[in-house]
Amino acid sequence: MIEMKNVAAGYGKNQVLHGVNLRAKQGKITTLIGSNGSGKSTLLHTMLKVIPLMDGDIMVDGMSIKSMAQPELARKIAYLPQGKNVPDISAGRLVLHGRFPYLSYPRKYKKQDFHIAEEAMEKLGISNFKDKQMAELSGGMRQKVYIAMALAQQAPAIVMDEPTTYLDIGQQLKFAGMIKGLSQDGKTVILVLHDILLALKISDWIAVMWNGKIVEEGTPGEILDSCVIPRIYGVDVKEARTDFGVQYFYEEA
Amino acid sequence: MGNKKRGWYLLLGSVFLLSLSIAVLSLCLGTICFSPGELVKLLWGKGNSAAGSADVMSRGILLYARLPRTFASLLAGGALAVSGAVLQNVLANKLAAPGIIGINAGAGLGVTVCCGLGILSGFAVSFAAFAGSLITVILITLFSSRTNASKTTVILGGVALNSILNAICESITVLDTDAAMLNIDFRVGGFSAVSYVRLIPAAVLILAALAVLFTLCNELDVVTLGDETARGVGMQVGKYRIIFLLLAAMLAGAAVSFAGLLGFIGLIVPHFVRRFTGNESGKLLPLCAVAGAGFVTLCDMVSRLLFAPYELPVGILMSVIGGPVFLFLLVRYKGGHRYD
Repeated sequence: MIEMKNVAAGYGKNQVLHGVNLRAKQGKITTLIGSNGSGKSTLLHTMLKVIPLMDGDIMVDGMSIKSMAQPELARKIAYLPQGKNVPDISAGRLVLHGRFPYLSYPRKYKKQDFHIAEEAMEKLGISNFKDKQMAELSGGMRQKVYIAMALAQQAPAIVMDEPTTYLDIGQQLKFAGMIKGLSQDGKTVILVLHDILLALKISDWIAVMWNGKIVEEGTPGEILDSCVIPRIYGVDVKEARTDFGVQYFYEEA
Repeated sequence: MGNKKRGWYLLLGSVFLLSLSIAVLSLCLGTICFSPGELVKLLWGKGNSAAGSADVMSRGILLYARLPRTFASLLAGGALAVSGAVLQNVLANKLAAPGIIGINAGAGLGVTVCCGLGILSGFAVSFAAFAGSLITVILITLFSSRTNASKTTVILGGVALNSILNAICESITVLDTDAAMLNIDFRVGGFSAVSYVRLIPAAVLILAALAVLFTLCNELDVVTLGDETARGVGMQVGKYRIIFLLLAAMLAGAAVSFAGLLGFIGLIVPHFVRRFTGNESGKLLPLCAVAGAGFVTLCDMVSRLLFAPYELPVGILMSVIGGPVFLFLLVRYKGGHRYD
């Protein structure tokens, strides 16, 4: 579980986050939504100690991130950034680097690390692409490789910033299924999403950010009922029950 | 052992043997040629006693001219190629090379200042070259962190710094004729004046830097994944970037201290080697070291033999061979898109 208590943070003297409180539970998908510049990515960066806390604290499984060194934090939280490089290495090697936080003297990966990386690739059904260069893979496949890397990290929490940005609609839906699977396996999942419909569809808990604060949080149903979406985005979202389950669609506010 | 792994060892072994053969040829060939058999006898001090003074002279040529020269070309080639590969990975730009972003020029300025002050001992020259390259790296690092510069801006800043340092170096040599005289070989780049006194301290620095780099290959790979991904797996990116820049400066500075301003090698060898290894540092760095060593030794040997008894400066020959090969690689692989 990740718990943020009265978090204040920013870049240099520019404070972006003001008293953020949020609890991301184990085995649940918690999604941050909000307009551009609302502080979603800043909150993730604070969680990962990319930027320092100005005030408050973030607890991961009861431990403050303030007392954790970077490798220790990486063993607790795996992070998939938004804009990822296409490195000139093989998919298998990239997944293996998920074991980096566990690397000790003499700075070489052990047999166990190779085994864990292979298991992560098997879980996502990408073992056949192990020897392929990353540049040879499609956007969706690359995303799977990065998720396998996060799985190899064996962290109880996974944080993803806009993970569906470069995926087509088919791949987005497959991705949603994959994320659900991770939470069902007991991972604490935190997502930042621009796609409100996808957020409503896959999240267990949604936090809406505005001007560096969480202005509303709740289950997808509670968020819809709160009317916070039209206030922030200027569009409304409606819910329809169909033979395929609950569907969401945009409607002009 | 998997097929891929076996293939990799085969490749590394083949390039190593090729470079070793070039080194042996470099020892054998020259104005006076030795057969491999004679070479072994001379090295082990078992020359033909009947031959008398001729044999002593041959041994002298081998031990005090060809041997240090061959070692120097092997070391400089390996060091500059690995330095280029490290800089390219750390700065995520395939144009980064010690000769381009000012590291060589910094080392050159260090040596020029040293010569200008009349300090000529091997350790002092090596130290001055290393200090010069180190100061350049510190300036580049400060520039990039203070301005929060992109990696491209870092390269451009390095190019500007290169120009400034070269200008200072030129000014010193114009104003101080002693420095100019001692500097001629150095500025052209070559191994004709190399001696053990200059070679040994630099060799210690190069071998130490290579040993550290070979144990940090996974760190170097993770740096190339980008800052955010690297932080996500627990790397302190800023700290490691500085460590790698310092090691690259150490390699280039030490090589420049005895080989002079040899350009191009740090650019072309990593480009060529990447064709076979990709960016994976565990393969890229050892192959760069071996291929760079072989390439520079070959160029040095050809530069000695081509117009014997006159010598073509090896830096010129390397550019003559390297330039067209580099252009060929760019055109052959989709106009350089592979290197985007």
